[in-house]
Amino acid sequence: MQSQSTYNYTVVRQFAIMTVVWGIVGMLVGLVIAAQLIWPDLNLASWLSYGRLRPLHTNAVIFAFGGSALFATSYYVVQRTCHVRLFGDWLAAFTFWGWQAVIVLAAVSLPLGMTSGKEYAELEWPIDVLITLVWVSYAVVFFGTIAKRKTPHIYVANWFFGAFIITVAVLHLVNSAAMPVTLTKSYSAYAGVQDAMVQWWYGHNAVGFFLTAGFLGMMYYFIPKQAGRPVYSYRLSVVHFWALIFTYMWAGPHHLHYTALPDWAQSIGMLFSLVLLAPSWGGMINGIMTLSGAWYKLRTDPILKFLVVSLSFYGMSTFEGPMMSIKTVNALSHYTDWTIGHVHSGALGWVGMVTFGSLYYLIPRLYGRTEMHSMKLVTLHFWVATIGIVLYIAAMWIAGVMQGLMWRAVNPDGTLTYAFVESVKATYPYYAVRLLGGLLYFAGALIMAWNVYRTVVGQKAVDAPIPAPAGAHA
Amino acid sequence: MSDFVHDGWSLYIAIITVVSLLACAVFLKMLSTQKLAKGEKPGTTGHSWDELEEYNNPLPRWWMWLFYITIVFSFVYLILYPGLGSFGGYLGWSSTGQYQEEQKRAAATFGPVIDRFLKQDVIAVAADPEAREIGQRLFLNYCAQCHGSDAGGSRGYPNLRDGDWLYGGNPEAIRTTIVAGRNGVMPPMGAALGGSEDVRDVVHHVLALAGRTHDGLRAQRGKAKYATACVACHGPDGKGNQQLGAPNLTDDIWLHGGTEAAITESIVKGRVNQMPAHKDFLDEGKIHLLTAYVLGISGQGKK
Repeated sequence: MQSQSTYNYTVVRQFAIMTVVWGIVGMLVGLVIAAQLIWPDLNLASWLSYGRLRPLHTNAVIFAFGGSALFATSYYVVQRTCHVRLFGDWLAAFTFWGWQAVIVLAAVSLPLGMTSGKEYAELEWPIDVLITLVWVSYAVVFFGTIAKRKTPHIYVANWFFGAFIITVAVLHLVNSAAMPVTLTKSYSAYAGVQDAMVQWWYGHNAVGFFLTAGFLGMMYYFIPKQAGRPVYSYRLSVVHFWALIFTYMWAGPHHLHYTALPDWAQSIGMLFSLVLLAPSWGGMINGIMTLSGAWYKLRTDPILKFLVVSLSFYGMSTFEGPMMSIKTVNALSHYTDWTIGHVHSGALGWVGMVTFGSLYYLIPRLYGRTEMHSMKLVTLHFWVATIGIVLYIAAMWIAGVMQGLMWRAVNPDGTLTYAFVESVKATYPYYAVRLLGGLLYFAGALIMAWNVYRTVVGQKAVDAPIPAPAGAHA
Repeated sequence: MSDFVHDGWSLYIAIITVVSLLACAVFLKMLSTQKLAKGEKPGTTGHSWDELEEYNNPLPRWWMWLFYITIVFSFVYLILYPGLGSFGGYLGWSSTGQYQEEQKRAAATFGPVIDRFLKQDVIAVAADPEAREIGQRLFLNYCAQCHGSDAGGSRGYPNLRDGDWLYGGNPEAIRTTIVAGRNGVMPPMGAALGGSEDVRDVVHHVLALAGRTHDGLRAQRGKAKYATACVACHGPDGKGNQQLGAPNLTDDIWLHGGTEAAITESIVKGRVNQMPAHKDFLDEGKIHLLTAYVLGISGQGKK
């Protein structure tokens, strides 16, 4: 039995280290498929083909890398801001081993071609069942910890983590409802446009809750900690939290503009996406304004650089998203690489950078150190990654707008000016720049892995003692 | 899953939409009443978690107005456009309507450019340089995916320039191919011919028909089998039958490959090949131009 006077850092350490490992795996698969788009000959075998590796890439970076990062930080944050040890040590251990099992099963089944065909929910039903078990355990551990907290109020980061955990459970259960045929094949419980609508209700909220709310929880702890400043506005956090989780639920139909989805549903999807702009920016403002009075730290502190730049990309992509949801804009941007650029400005810029910043804060503390082995390497990682992102998204913007314009160009006789393959050919240079951007970002992750290794190796794992909450009358 | 066709659902979703948008505005109003007096410093909430505290700054005004503006925009949009259940909006816009409008406009603008060639017969159109250019653009968008941008075809997709035709190369036959598509079926003949040695004999007869290197003895034995199993479609002399789409075996032009292995596969497993019908997405004028274009590049009469 472990002591109740220390925090449970074991599970945090496990998830934190696996975040680094899965990040490298997921980004490497991303590099392979980016290269395949330039050199199709790299589709060496069916299980190494683009169609199978692409879902592996998205699953690996979202659920393996992003998921492990969320588990690690939420377990760390909820203990420390509740001033109690994590609820259910063995259950927390199950969430770690269970989640790793899900990832390994995904890494095997997706290349073998087992898929439900639902984007970001490709895993077949037995894995879906395991995900459900792990996720319910996660909820029990998290809310169990909240329930036994020593602080009178629940810290804002935990609102976001909590909303993320509950909503992802609902999304996963509803969207994955399916009729199994064999152990490795099932068919969706929904059909036609209803299936499409359920899929994108899930898909967009996966972005909204997994990749936004969860990572905002991360932001609300690690930014004020690293800056050493109080959060800018409690009031703003209340408004943008409730408005964000409420309006995200409606935004899914913007993925189905100009399809068989009825016009009214498309309109509502677009309008709530526009309304979502202010709640999204609320988080950015609250994070960035937390630095007021501590701006000078940005010059010298690379961890703060990561965190603040992640918020800038967050603000940029949450402006771009509502803009792209406008039907007229969507008519140009949909099905082009602009969408890929948009997603990666969020994924590389926001999710990736806030995770790196948080890991650089977290990992030394889990091993009884005050900072990483080399802060110079942290700075190097920051610049390499930032340049990589800029190359990536700029290339995809240009490529996307070019594709959209080429596809709609018409000759005086009404025929299309460009055959589809001409737009593919014109995209090659941008695919090359994108690959270069991806390589830089990946190189940054390798620098981080080395730095983490040097920070951790030979160090003893440390479980910090639990201090009494401030203002508690003991 | 049942369809929500009852009128009540329309009202239901419309009410939820309006209430939800209003709720955002009311919530925002409730939490934006507090302001700081000039020179006043914001205090913290007084709570502390792991040494973290929170100021209680008022909402930034520009942000608050941004939020309001999006809500107001939404209401205006919902009045003008479909969004509130079955209410179609004052502008009467619909995506189907927009599509039809654009189709009508395109037909009015481009129709005359295309349709003027309908008055000329295919041979004359094929000789018209302007028609050829339009035809090529149509070909690149509708046909090149399978037949290649140079119409040279590839394995399984016929070369349209070699003057060799499965279904005939006169204007009428080409037009029918485009309009209705074609279903090419060669049945699997392995079992009908006997064992693998029998198949091999027939393969060598076919190689002989095409003038390719072959084993004379096998070809001789295969000839008899050919006369019973293959002759119905490919004809006694191997010249094929355009009524059936049965290829000419003597011209050494191969859709599925002319090696011994490829021919063996064709005979044992059969072949199914399809050219899709284009009548549903190409109008008369475009079909006319495409027919002329294909005729023009086919080397008809020049072979």
